[in-house]
Parts: sequence; structure tokens; C-alpha cells
Amino acid sequence: MSRYTSATPADRAEMLATIGVDSVAELFAQIPQSLRLDRPLSLPAGMSEAEVYERLAALAARNVDCEEQVCFLGAGMYDHYVPAIVDAITQRSEFLTPYTPYQPEISQGGLQAMFEFQTAMSELTALPVSNAGLYEGPSSVASAAYLAIGAGKGRRRFVVSRGVHPHSRETLATYSVGFDAEIEEVDLRDGLTDAATLAAAVDDETAAVFLQSPNFLGAIEDVEALGAAAKEHGALLVVAVDPMTLGVLEPPGEQGADIALGEGQPLGNRLDFGGPSFGFFCGTEELIRKMPGRIAGETDDVDGRRGFVLALQTREQHIRREKATHNICTAQALNALAATIHLAWLGREGFRELGELLVRRTAYARERLAAVAGVELLHEAPVAREFALRLAAPVDRVLERCAERGIAAGYPLGREYPEYENGLLVAITERRTREQIDALAEALGAAVAAEAVTA
Amino acid sequence: MILSDANCPDELLYHDQHDWARLEGDEHAVFGITWYAQDSLGEVVFYDPPEVGAEIHKDASYAEVESVKAVSDVIAPLSGEIVEVNDELADSPEKINEDPYGEGWLVKVKLTAAAEADALLGAEEYRKLLENE
Repeated sequence: MSRYTSATPADRAEMLATIGVDSVAELFAQIPQSLRLDRPLSLPAGMSEAEVYERLAALAARNVDCEEQVCFLGAGMYDHYVPAIVDAITQRSEFLTPYTPYQPEISQGGLQAMFEFQTAMSELTALPVSNAGLYEGPSSVASAAYLAIGAGKGRRRFVVSRGVHPHSRETLATYSVGFDAEIEEVDLRDGLTDAATLAAAVDDETAAVFLQSPNFLGAIEDVEALGAAAKEHGALLVVAVDPMTLGVLEPPGEQGADIALGEGQPLGNRLDFGGPSFGFFCGTEELIRKMPGRIAGETDDVDGRRGFVLALQTREQHIRREKATHNICTAQALNALAATIHLAWLGREGFRELGELLVRRTAYARERLAAVAGVELLHEAPVAREFALRLAAPVDRVLERCAERGIAAGYPLGREYPEYENGLLVAITERRTREQIDALAEALGAAVAAEAVTA
Repeated sequence: MILSDANCPDELLYHDQHDWARLEGDEHAVFGITWYAQDSLGEVVFYDPPEVGAEIHKDASYAEVESVKAVSDVIAPLSGEIVEVNDELADSPEKINEDPYGEGWLVKVKLTAAAEADALLGAEEYRKLLENE
């Protein structure tokens, strides 16, 4: 019998006989009548395998991916080109395991890959310690909050910029219920975190200040200036970053961040309908024992040869139990490996050049689109690879019209930010050509003109 | 364990969670972990001290000691306020192994309920406890 098939009537009769009751009803006799459902669950009738196949195939056919539409969607996940070498290496069976390499004697390849990933992230963020990856961006933010509570000796307050990704803020809010912590959000002004409001919000009870740069509207924050309030009150400065911009932007470790983290998808991971991806998490030396997740370390074996092991495991749940720094069981090692390969493929120069290309092309797109009638910039702050527009027409209808032309024009900001009801967030990757940007400008102009609210 | 190795100086008071206290006058005491505790933990690699000024309570955790095997809470034998922590241990936590009653001391405390000391064990009683471990 397959493991998915429940017991046969004969099995049941045998089990009932063994425990000495006549029927299932008798077995459940002690459950009060008031708690019983006494009718079948209201579920649709079952389907045959062939019918299920047809149904799922029809549902899958409704998906649209970035090979069919020209994708200007971003908002945290980006349509970068993933070179074939990423697949060639990540699909090797040696790497295709969800299990943690506890035993260094049989896991040198996996551990070395983790170590190289950590080295790369540490260099990109300019922070000395990196873990081997977390689930994704938002839970990395929440993990930083947990760390901050542990490091903050009783502080239970977080000050969070509204420029931090809405999913990260939601996840932080969810975790904070368990932490018994309070969150204060700081509004944006002209696309950037309002420095005066932030400084006023941080006090001696604040465990951590959370920023994102570029923020959700694409704007590059002055992390160092904003972070001064955190330093003044002894709160940790946590900065979420888009790893793809770190070839051209000042790394958070040089801007005073205690923790730099983020969504790792842009590195080597395709959009894949939303996942899986991975998060990264880097910090200062002082926080090393409070870091969540696995850390691979370099060492020498008994013969003096270079080798790798999991380091500082006493922080982890299989040793430290309820006082562990994190409950992660499986690092997103394969996704992190994809990032490592992508970075190695780009190389130090290539990574910087890609960043420069993004900045140039984004500048072109921003200027081109802002010149379209009925379209204006939502903010004029400096950006790297994404920017926000305001449309003189309902965004959802404009998006539908663009989709008809095979263009996913961007992310409707009103979905998460009521204050930007007509806002559209447009992301640029190296896959977006000048011709595609021009086509977007034309499509957007036509759509806004057709849907414009006539006053 | 060979009990004869488990030295417990006569002048100290002991908590059954393998912590010691050395009274200094009526108001102050120094705390640490016993020889038996450090031997059970193995090589200590990190000591996470409380902050000076922190209030600590008898029978509750006030610090953490990390060995190559585990992270363990350190239990306060008496209540009080931390007046000094052993900063030397930041760079050389191995002193907790090498000299648990001397250079491996953990904190100095201003006692808030000195009478609690009556409930602690003497060296002889603590040795008996170890025999039954």
C-alpha cells in the first residue's frame, strides 16, 4: 500500500478489535456531542487523476512569466539574466541536498561553497561576519529584530522606515507579537526617510533602527546620516540592501550599519513565481555569537590541510535548544550557491560594470518615462535601479493596457502604500534594452491617455 | 569523574547548580562556577557577562558560559547588583577552566539579601552532593 492511502476497512476492523471497541463511533464516544460536526465536510467531490491534471494544467496556463512579457516589475525581486553555468553547477547531485552538512568529513564541497558565499557577502557589505544564508529577505529582517532584542538587554522597541519593504515590515510585525516588542514607523518625505522624524522616534528603549537602501521607492538613503540617531541611543543599525547595487553604492558596513541583510534573489536566482530564494545576513564581530543561521568556518585538519566545518554551532537549536539564536533548520544553501556562482561568473570588475549599467539604464528610463504626458516622478531622490512614478490615471487599468501589449509595466504602489495611490514602481535590469524602455514609454503614454481621469 | 580532582575550597559557599560565592565583608561577594562545572562543560571559549549595575536574583541566570559543547546559563547563588565583571575573561575565557576559584571568577556583587547565604551549601555538603551526581 502506498503511504498516501489510508487504512482499508479490514485494517480498521483489525485495529478496532485489537483495542477492544466495536466501531469508530464507539471509539469517539467520549467526545461531547456539541463538539461533533455530524455531517461531511463541505468539500467538492473528488476528481480522477486525469481530471486533476487537466485542472492544474489550465491553472498553470494562466501564469505569465518574464519570457512572455517584458518585465519592469521589481519591488524586491528582479528579472536578471542568470547564466547557464549557475544551473550546470547547482544541478550537480552533490549539491542537491536539503541537509545541513554537520559532518565535515563527508561535506567538504558543500561547506566550502557556504564559506565562499559568506566571503562574497562579507566583501559586498563590508561587514566581517556573514552567515550561510536565511530563508529570504523578510525573515532576515525579523531575525535581526530578534538579535537586537538579545543584544539590547531588555530593549523592546523598533524604529522602522516606511522605505523598508512592506513584506519585511509585515514579517517584523508578526514576529514582534512574540517578542512583545513595539514598532514605530517613520514616514517618507520626497521619497526618503524623514531624518527629523526618525531622530525624534529613536530613544533609549530602541533596540534597533531599520532602514533600506535603495528603499522600496528605489531611492538611495543617506544611511550614515540617518543612522546617527541609532548610534546616539545605543540602538543597532540594521540596513536592508539590494545586493545588485553593491558594486556601485557605498557598502553598509562603511556607513555604520551593525547588520546588513536582504533578499538574495537578484543574485543568480530566477523569479520562479516568487521562490524559493534566500536571505543574507552580515554583521559586526561583536554580534557573531548572536547571529542567526549556519556559519561555515575555515580550519586545518590533523594533517595541516585546509578544510571547512560548521562553526559556532553552540548558538544553534540542535545544541542550544530554546535559547538558540534562530530556528532555521535548513539553510537555503542551494540558492546561496547560485548567488556565489553568479558573482564568480561576473567577477569583481563585471559586478561593478553591471551596477554601472543598471544606474545608466535606469537614469535613461526615468528621464524617458517622466517625459511622457500624464506621467511624473513620484520623487526626485537619487536612484540606482528602480524608481517611482505618479500617473494621471488609475494604475491598475494602465497596467492592464500595457499587459495587452506584452509589457509588465511595473508594480502598483497603492497596493501597499495608500499614500501613493497612483504610484507605479519601475525596475530595470540588464535584460531591459533601450528599445524595450522606449516601448514601455509609448505603451504607458497611450494607456494613461486612454484612462486619464477627466477632471 | 574522579572526585578527588573536584576540589572545593573550604572557605567558599556553594549553590547546588555548581556555582560558588566568596563573601567579602557583609555586603559584597564574588561569584564563579565550580571545578565540577567547568570540568563538565569542557573547554570554555566564551563568557557573556552581565552589565555592571544589573540586578540579579538568587537561583536565576545572570550570565552565560559557552564551551565547545554547549552554552550554559550561570545561576546566581545570591541576589544583588553587579559591581564588577571579570574583563580578563573576554580575551582568555580559558581561565575559567584553569583557575575556576581564582582568576576565573565571573562577577563581583553588592548583596541585597545577605541572609540568603544561610541557604547555601558548605564545602562538605557540596562534596556530598557531587558524590550523588
